[in-house]
Amino acid sequence: MKRRTFLKNTLAVTATGTAVGTGLISGNALASEEKANPFKATSLEDALKAAGITEHEASDKITVKAPDLAENAAVVPVEVSSTLEGASEVRIFIAENPTPHAANFMLGEGSEALVKCRFKMGKSSDVIGVFKVGDKYFSAKKAVKVTKGGCGG
Amino acid sequence: MAKKFKTRLKVKEKGGKVNVKAIVSHPMLTGLTKDKKGNKIPEHFIQEVIVTANDKVVMTANWGPAVSKDPYISFDYAGKSGDLVKLAWTDNQENTGEAEKKVK
Amino acid sequence: MNKKVIMTVAAMAIGVSAIAGSIASAGPAEDISAFQTYFKKRFADTEFSDFKNGVYSIHKPSREQWESIEDFPPYELAIDNGSEMWEEAFANGKTYADCLGKDVSAIRARYPHYDVEKDTVATLEDDINKCRVANGEKKLGWKKGAIADLSAYIASEGRDKPVAVKLPENEKALAWYEKGKNFFYAKRGQLNLACSDCHVNYSGRMVRADTLGPALGHTTHFPVYRSKWTSMGTLHRRYAGCNTNVRAKPFKAQSDEYKALEYFQTLMSNGLVFNGPGARK
Repeated sequence: MKRRTFLKNTLAVTATGTAVGTGLISGNALASEEKANPFKATSLEDALKAAGITEHEASDKITVKAPDLAENAAVVPVEVSSTLEGASEVRIFIAENPTPHAANFMLGEGSEALVKCRFKMGKSSDVIGVFKVGDKYFSAKKAVKVTKGGCGG
Repeated sequence: MAKKFKTRLKVKEKGGKVNVKAIVSHPMLTGLTKDKKGNKIPEHFIQEVIVTANDKVVMTANWGPAVSKDPYISFDYAGKSGDLVKLAWTDNQENTGEAEKKVK
Repeated sequence: MNKKVIMTVAAMAIGVSAIAGSIASAGPAEDISAFQTYFKKRFADTEFSDFKNGVYSIHKPSREQWESIEDFPPYELAIDNGSEMWEEAFANGKTYADCLGKDVSAIRARYPHYDVEKDTVATLEDDINKCRVANGEKKLGWKKGAIADLSAYIASEGRDKPVAVKLPENEKALAWYEKGKNFFYAKRGQLNLACSDCHVNYSGRMVRADTLGPALGHTTHFPVYRSKWTSMGTLHRRYAGCNTNVRAKPFKAQSDEYKALEYFQTLMSNGLVFNGPGARK
């Protein structure tokens, strides 16, 4: 037990040391390149940031249709739609996925602000639809539960 | 056997709109799965989808590997009978696919 | 009257042995009637014809997801592949039509059936491979891939044809029927479960997060695209998976056991229609 504690402390010290020493501070350029592609972002905040979405307003004029309890996490049917005027681009995020930014759709002139797609979900999560209207963002979300099936998976 | 990534496209006119839906035979691999030997299977997924109607873009999409295997998409645009709808996609391994249909 | 009462009570409370006991003395026709009456009573709100849709005929939330999938089901890709396979001739110039008949729409509904000459149950997949071998081609794998694609095409062409398996007409056919019936009602695996435990007694109830589908209509929609597999699979692929789920050693696809089970199950669904290929979770 003494040994484990010793190692744990050593590691903790080393980690901090490394961070300050070589680090993330000077490695900014690389870090930001990774962050720039929203598909690579590993957290919802980073994904939103990378997508240029600094803030988004919850709107009841957006609907995210998805099941309460997904039958199978590999194929979850999702429909996002909006009645907002000028809604032209929508991004779909699955908050708890390893890379939350799942897809984005740019709807051409004359296209309805409604799109259906099917996604894989790693675990129970909010499915968030963010519509771009002009230079503002509006969103809605739906909580989708994912569980292990009963028949052994 | 050559890899075939079939694209199936359906277009239907209904009340001044045209519904476009498609399904592609594609593995949509996340890069997080392993093969029987325990090696990671590289990610392989459709990245971009473009749909035009009479050569005018009606929808473009960027996908990540979270989109399900044998991916599906459905949307409506203001179209009419006679429109020629084309859908084309590319994946991260430089494969492409396309399909076209005339709206009845 | 008595048989129906026994069926209902036994199924609800007493368990497998009682049902098996009451059925053992009956013939296939009576079995079918008792079986279907049980489910009609258990799921009184379900239209009889809807049982072909399995769990979706008794559980609304999953039905909604299934309907989303049916908007453009992945099995259509398999149907495409299957139709290409159907059109392509073997190396010797012959085609599947030469073995199975030119009218594709009539094929699905012929299976399974008892083959008097060979004293066995004929299944669609088995006859597909028999056709290939007879024409100098290699057998296809039984559970997925090409055979499931071709089966999907044949099933789609034969959609809505009635399930009307001929009742066993002699001792030997009856023996196959009994084999399938016993399999269905026999406990197996570490979990010691019979098909009937989940799909008769507990149909509609939940096992963890899954709702158990009724056995009535079980085989009508195969082959199936399962989200779990994200691919097509044949009925025997599903049988093997299900046996594995109760931690029983699965039998081989097209084994006597699974053929007999397919025969029994399809007979029990006489009166419904074929609605393959299907999409399931």
